[in-house]
Amino acid sequence: MPHSPYSPPPLDDILEPLAAHFGTMETSVYRGDTRLVVPEQESLEVLEFLKDRGFDLLVDVTCVDYLEYRGAKHRYGLVYLLASTTTNQRLTVRVYVDDPAPSIRSAVPLWEAANWLEREVWDLFGIHFAGHPDLRRLVMPEEFVAHPLRKDYPLQGRGERHNFPILTRHDG
Amino acid sequence: MLFIFPLVQNSTHSTHSTHSTHSTHSTHSTHSTHRSVTVFPMATAPLTSRTLLDAAQQQERSEDYLWTLNFGPQHPATHTTLRIVLKLDGERVVDALPEMGYLHSGFEKLGEHLTYNQYVTVTDRMNYISPMANNVAWHGAVEKLLGIELTPRCRSIRTIVAELARLSDHLLSNGAVGLDTGAFTFFLYAFYQREVIYDIFETLCGARFTNSYTRVGGVSHDFTPLVIQKIRDFVKNFPKTLRDMERLLTRNRIFVDRTQGVGVLSKAEAINRGATGPVARASGVTRDLRKDEPYLAYQDFDFQICCASSGDCYARYLVRMQEMRESLKIVSQAIENLPAGEANVGIDQRAALPTKKQVYSTIEGTISHFELSMSNRGFEVPHEESYAAIEAPNGELGFYIVGDGSESAYRARCRPPSVLHFALFPHLIRGHTLSDVVAVLGSLNIIAAELDR
Repeated sequence: MPHSPYSPPPLDDILEPLAAHFGTMETSVYRGDTRLVVPEQESLEVLEFLKDRGFDLLVDVTCVDYLEYRGAKHRYGLVYLLASTTTNQRLTVRVYVDDPAPSIRSAVPLWEAANWLEREVWDLFGIHFAGHPDLRRLVMPEEFVAHPLRKDYPLQGRGERHNFPILTRHDG
Repeated sequence: MLFIFPLVQNSTHSTHSTHSTHSTHSTHSTHSTHRSVTVFPMATAPLTSRTLLDAAQQQERSEDYLWTLNFGPQHPATHTTLRIVLKLDGERVVDALPEMGYLHSGFEKLGEHLTYNQYVTVTDRMNYISPMANNVAWHGAVEKLLGIELTPRCRSIRTIVAELARLSDHLLSNGAVGLDTGAFTFFLYAFYQREVIYDIFETLCGARFTNSYTRVGGVSHDFTPLVIQKIRDFVKNFPKTLRDMERLLTRNRIFVDRTQGVGVLSKAEAINRGATGPVARASGVTRDLRKDEPYLAYQDFDFQICCASSGDCYARYLVRMQEMRESLKIVSQAIENLPAGEANVGIDQRAALPTKKQVYSTIEGTISHFELSMSNRGFEVPHEESYAAIEAPNGELGFYIVGDGSESAYRARCRPPSVLHFALFPHLIRGHTLSDVVAVLGSLNIIAAELDR
């Protein structure tokens, strides 16, 4: 059943040269969204290829922790949502990374927009972005040690909130 | 609430004293006993033009003369709780370091524990300037994942409330730009109309501010004749206020001087830095999801996309002003052509709660109500992930939802436009003066609750 009368523009002009250049990649379509699974070693090259072919807008970089997900083969799935401001094409690029020390190359050289989005993923999931110019925590305090959106982190925290050091005026 | 402290104490004073005669040096140090005056080693050497030049260059190279200004997290002009550490050369902003996280409440983590219908209350609290738009975005994304087709009436209703949300957002954001640059009356005109929109929402769903209006497969309350009448009145009366507002501010010399040419964002930078919404459109990016990827009932209405090319604060103000006119066009078309029929999807889709009459008089209604109220018997959620976005007042507001068969999302990522716009801030403010900080910040319309989630 279609969600809306809108059907996104086809991606053949992108996916065929991509397959010719990088070999066939796992592609799936769900409710009109085309998703591409890219191996981690080639992620930056594929993103650069897509950017050169018109995907000029990096809509979002996010991550999913598949720790408790049925049938998942990898721990983390990074999600790059790309869009084109001229042709309105959209493409979802997924890259899987695994424990220990999940790491991927940063997309900041391609899109400045990736800067804070990757900082947020580092902050909440602990994925290291190699080559990121300023990989600091974004929303959690600097002294925080855990990565709270991981599935093994409990909803109510590990007591950090109740164990903040109390500074008096004198200490400060 | 502004805290000013020098980065490195007295370096400018010490270099001054180096080049002065011995007597002035001593008077200087006695006058300012609280400062520790350091004497350059070369002060003992004879003063030649060469050493003076070296010292001047050394001062130029070091950044000791820069001051740090802590703007926020509590400041009237941030409007919300965010912090910017400014590096100032006199009144000029050399660099800005935006900081966020003061309102971080783990909304995305909560989304993994609340059901699809419960989480709508949390989306209200993301961008609380336009909560209706967040509601529409969240349940639009959920319905895309679940594959639920809305009724035509529901699509029109959601379009109307989303456009009313855009009006109320632009009224506040433009009003705040006026307020921050000294136009207080303008803000009052804008806020009065926001109150009217609040009244409409109150009549519609009982809540003025945090509406939580949408449900999976429908809305919590259908439009009543009273709501339709109030929206019609608003559509009739609002253009007058809009004209007043434009006559108050659009050609106001002080306002134009303070916003024109300030915080210029080029088209290429806007795309590369992920700007969307009015911020991108003011820089010449013609992207608007209402036209580019028509969702809900937008393809049925006649409206235009407002763009500007200069990319400064004034352009962002103009784009928002013009967008209000276009939103009003959409609302007036939608309210006069509101499709008849049910607002919620039928029992066969098993998504929205059936009406009381159905529950009490039909067996299908009773079963459907029972199953939807029981845990583990609600919707059929696929093991899939999908992303759906709407053109929220602030930009592209999307939700990336991962379903795992249970009644709550496995992952509920919100793509907040404010984060990318706040990241733009240092790029826009460098080289401008301290007083431009509020103009730029106001024109980006950063809502910290959406920023931090």
